[in-house]
Amino acid sequence: MTIKEIQEEIIEEFGAFDDWMDKYSYLIEIGNDLEGFEEEYRLSNNLIEGCQSQVWLHAELKDGKIQYMADSDAIIVKGIVALLVRVLNDRTPDEILDNELYFVEQIGLKEHLSPTRSNGLVAMIKQMRIYALAFKAKQES
Amino acid sequence: MSIDIESIRKDFPILEQTVHGKPLAYFDNAATTQKPTQVIDAISEVYTTYNSNIHRGVHHLSNVCTQAYEDARVKVQKFINAGNSHEVIFTRGTTEAINLLATSFGESFLKKGDEIIVSQLEHHSNIVPWQLLEKSKGIVIKVIPINENGELILEEYDKLLSEKTKLVAVAHISNALGTINPIKTIIDKAHALSVPVMIDGAQAVQHVAVDVQALDCDFYVFSGHKLYGPTGIGALFGKEEWLNKMEPYHGGGEMIKTVSFSGTTFNELPFKFEAGTPDYSGAIGLGAAIDYVQNIGLDVIAAYEHELLEYATEQLKQVPNIKFYGTAKEKASVISFMVNNIHPFDMGTLLDKMGLAVRTGHHCAQPLMEHYQIPGTVRASFAIYNTKEEIDRLVEGIKRVSLLFA
Repeated sequence: MTIKEIQEEIIEEFGAFDDWMDKYSYLIEIGNDLEGFEEEYRLSNNLIEGCQSQVWLHAELKDGKIQYMADSDAIIVKGIVALLVRVLNDRTPDEILDNELYFVEQIGLKEHLSPTRSNGLVAMIKQMRIYALAFKAKQES
Repeated sequence: MSIDIESIRKDFPILEQTVHGKPLAYFDNAATTQKPTQVIDAISEVYTTYNSNIHRGVHHLSNVCTQAYEDARVKVQKFINAGNSHEVIFTRGTTEAINLLATSFGESFLKKGDEIIVSQLEHHSNIVPWQLLEKSKGIVIKVIPINENGELILEEYDKLLSEKTKLVAVAHISNALGTINPIKTIIDKAHALSVPVMIDGAQAVQHVAVDVQALDCDFYVFSGHKLYGPTGIGALFGKEEWLNKMEPYHGGGEMIKTVSFSGTTFNELPFKFEAGTPDYSGAIGLGAAIDYVQNIGLDVIAAYEHELLEYATEQLKQVPNIKFYGTAKEKASVISFMVNNIHPFDMGTLLDKMGLAVRTGHHCAQPLMEHYQIPGTVRASFAIYNTKEEIDRLVEGIKRVSLLFA
């Protein structure tokens, strides 16, 4: 599936929820299910510090595709982190750089990407793109 | 004396709204309180009828505006029972008042190796200005520790006081825990060694009556916006003898007597510390807020808020796995807690969906959170317009969030 197709899939999943309780229950569920963050990467330079919650992000390039590993101490943030990883993981740097992320807004979670929420998510998305730029530059050099 | 909450609530237009389709229940009063119509109208009146730059004006509007500004100063003076109105300096708020004190007191009286005593409970505003002096002057900060209940350990305070101590700066009431500190004892002990004391009253003036003469504190600071007044205005009370000896903070208009390139002489108190056009509309709004709380009566407010605190504490105890932070015997209407280790951000986000506004995080008191080894807490803080019904909704909301995480 393309990045666009996965975003559409997520929008459809969230379309099934009638009220905020169901939506956030689901976010909590996928937040709790997000695994795979290896403790060796819980380093200060992988930490994106928000005022309210913290996000850890590690990335590496394998066979031309970026593998993201992420975590957060707040479960709702972790749920959104899980969605971002689902959309952008295992993609080439070009795919990541060429696609707009629009699903967060479409599923009604845009408020969490407001800089005033200070939960680390805005900085995380920026950091995911910076990794893509850096890996792309490395490939081309 | 009984209190008519319904009629008080009508004074606060902002409370009538719904948030996410639910009636707003505002429990973030320790961050800022809402404003009654009386305050909003007073500010509006400035701009619709007599706005004009104050002092030294010869025309009518300037005189009216100057009078209103100086009347506001007298209201602050009486509110905290200061001996003189020129001992009241208007500032942008508590933070600026402490920065003013740190800078001017520091410049005039502090040198390398001198010690300042603060406490583990302080808001960052009463830590960082002193840390700047640590950097620039080489002063040393000493910290009064707290016990499990979030109360200052006075025996440790005794040990910290010495001939090296040049100032004690502590909160009247902790913003994160609600602990009411025994400031009279703290002041008396410092004075026994001739050490002056500054009290950070940001969380106090809206809850308890303050008498700076009875306390005999040397400095007392507070903000208007936590006292139902506007943002951007606050006050520093300082004893005349100290303020006269202190260097000015900012330079500019208003604070000078004469200016010449061969030397400038400074104005007398309080103007020496009020450089530039002050926030007179804010000061007048603060005066209106003081009138408002005095009309209800601080004793009445304190009694009602205590009732809310007791009720909320009892009800919240019913929530499974709730842990309270700050269980001091003497407490203001602030409750800090965690439930089942649910991250405060998650709790706050979900309560917001139910129209319940609480504060989450470290409450600008990171050293305190470090003490408890937690990232933060959820804090509900009550004001005069909160009701037991709203508290019931909060408790229900917390239980609902807990179930989501079960």
